[in-house]
Amino acid sequence: MPWTKVYANKAEFEKISAEQKGLRGLTYREAILEATEQALTADKNVFVIGEGIDDPGGVFGTTKDLHLKFGADRVMDSPLAENGITGITVGAAVAGARPLLVHMRVDFLPLSLDQIINHAAKWHYMFGGAVRVPLTIRAIIGRGWGSAAQHSQSLQAMLLNIPGLKVVMPATPYDAKGLLYAAIFDNNPVIMIEHRWLYEHMGHVPAEPYKVEIGKGIVRRQGKDATIVAISLMVNEAIKAADELSKDGIEAEVIDIRSLKPLDSDLVIESVKKTGRLIVADTGWKDCGIGAEIITRVVEDAFESLRAPAVRVALPEAPTPASPALENAYYRGKNDIIAAVKKTLARS
Amino acid sequence: MPISIIDEFKIRRLEVLDESGEADAELMPPFDGNEIKKIFERIILARTFNQRALSLQREGRLGTYASILGQEASQVGSAIAFEQSDWIFPSFRETGVLLALGYPAWQLFRYWSGDERGMSAPDGLNIFPMSVPVGSQIPHATGTAMAMKIRGAKSASAVYFGDGASSRGDFHEALNLAGVFKAPAVFLCQNNQWAISVPRHLQTAAKTIAQRAFGYGIEGIQVDGNDVFAVYRATKDALNRAKSGQGATLIECFTYRLDDHTTSDDSSRYRSAEEVEEWKKKEPLIRLRLFMKKKGLWTQAYEDGVAGNALSEIDKAISQAENYPPPDKADIIRFTNARLTLRQKKELKTLGWEK
Repeated sequence: MPWTKVYANKAEFEKISAEQKGLRGLTYREAILEATEQALTADKNVFVIGEGIDDPGGVFGTTKDLHLKFGADRVMDSPLAENGITGITVGAAVAGARPLLVHMRVDFLPLSLDQIINHAAKWHYMFGGAVRVPLTIRAIIGRGWGSAAQHSQSLQAMLLNIPGLKVVMPATPYDAKGLLYAAIFDNNPVIMIEHRWLYEHMGHVPAEPYKVEIGKGIVRRQGKDATIVAISLMVNEAIKAADELSKDGIEAEVIDIRSLKPLDSDLVIESVKKTGRLIVADTGWKDCGIGAEIITRVVEDAFESLRAPAVRVALPEAPTPASPALENAYYRGKNDIIAAVKKTLARS
Repeated sequence: MPISIIDEFKIRRLEVLDESGEADAELMPPFDGNEIKKIFERIILARTFNQRALSLQREGRLGTYASILGQEASQVGSAIAFEQSDWIFPSFRETGVLLALGYPAWQLFRYWSGDERGMSAPDGLNIFPMSVPVGSQIPHATGTAMAMKIRGAKSASAVYFGDGASSRGDFHEALNLAGVFKAPAVFLCQNNQWAISVPRHLQTAAKTIAQRAFGYGIEGIQVDGNDVFAVYRATKDALNRAKSGQGATLIECFTYRLDDHTTSDDSSRYRSAEEVEEWKKKEPLIRLRLFMKKKGLWTQAYEDGVAGNALSEIDKAISQAENYPPPDKADIIRFTNARLTLRQKKELKTLGWEK
């Protein structure tokens, strides 16, 4: 299936697309823009709000010119008031709107946490099921250019502990469009975290609107020797790692978990039952991260199928450094995943 | 270069009914005798609920409760200005608003005894659950107002909060956003002079809370919060402005909390009995009674009848609330997401809560 493929770069996609005539390609950023535009067209209750979204750059191109097409009433630039705008989207959502709130950086999202945790996630419950909060929040992970400690964080883990929230992290343009479209029309608050480094990635994206089911992972590459569960940008690193391992005769299975909450642990368990080895590659920190949850679920439900201790590939326990030299050492990637896979194989 | 004045502001205070029961003929809203009686009856009902709730709390039949004594005019006066399609965001001290809007009393008793279902507003009432967190409901009202505007609905949203909430960032952000987006919202600050033990003058150095509207480019007015007619008039005017596209209004209802903050508080530790006594003379029912007596709308027998009816209505609600079956355990999981996740379905099974 063309949309299950992950293409490392534009050239690779174009090669495939030339072979399969008519395959439509979009970058990750274009896929987000298209999903937003189609949602605005499909339902007049959808509106977009965020700081700087009508800027000529349009949040790295993901909201570009939408205010010209749909007007400032539906695509609203907002004053700097993260908690306030989150609050108004919660109020609007309960009143029947489907707001899409855009945070240019995940790092701004902590300013909204009172409204997200104490309100958006709770209203449905506190009303005894009588109302819904169909709110979508997009938040972008930065990396590089000295983004450093306060502008490059992967803060997904702290959101996973809250009942009532859903958290998705698409790795491909196909999923970026389908998950965003599904999120906007979901009746729960959904937070979609995007890695800025994925924006140039190219992939097959159908022109018509479609939804990717929230809560379903996907096998990106099949293998029998080890299971690598990855999220967001780490999916690409995992595939590169798997391709290299293959040269040594090691076939790793790569799962793109896509949705962190709800989490498709059945897919992981099914794979680990086959491979007996588990590696989780996260864009964030290790403590209480998605790796902890995935490994725990495998330990709880399929302990006997593990043939070696599971390994987490995650950031060192430190904030992001600003210096490029330190940054290079700080971030995890293909080589760390390869080392992790080899470690699990050596132990069994 | 000379210094020039580029803008100035004036803060209006609206009073219609004075303490002797005289109403300003020009400012008096056009209520007929029956409507005035209905207002009186709603205040009595709110006060009766309040007294019964305080007693039930002392008997251990209710959890912590926040008394509305002294604030009934601010609550009933504003509530009767709304239309069915308007959206209301109460704080936890709005029993009078909720009852005046027809919220079932038995559900309020369920809520205060600890039951989410108590805040599940009946169909046709656009009332949010009361906000116990302070001030976080203010941006919700701005958002709902914006949603109304986007959907082209001719309705407004109104939010209640106290003088304490006006110091929070939520207040600032919500009012600023309402100004920027010309949201059809009405911000009803119930300035009851005390945020638990913090007096009004420690909330802001500004002379009034109403004048803070000026900084957000929205309308602001102070009303005598113990004057039910003034509160009604200010709220109605603000709703008309909102619905005719003229934007938001901040109304400061200048009133007084005669009781403790909640049943967990003892206000005698931080304010004087003399202060409370002074405000008791200004409480809203005294002047309304005097006004009605002059108009031939009030007799002691009439009030006794109204109070008797209110008590039996409230007692009926209490017994309905106390006899209501407890919620199903599965509700814990059922209402967390709009649709159950696979894991939640498993959890229901594992916990043995599935029917």
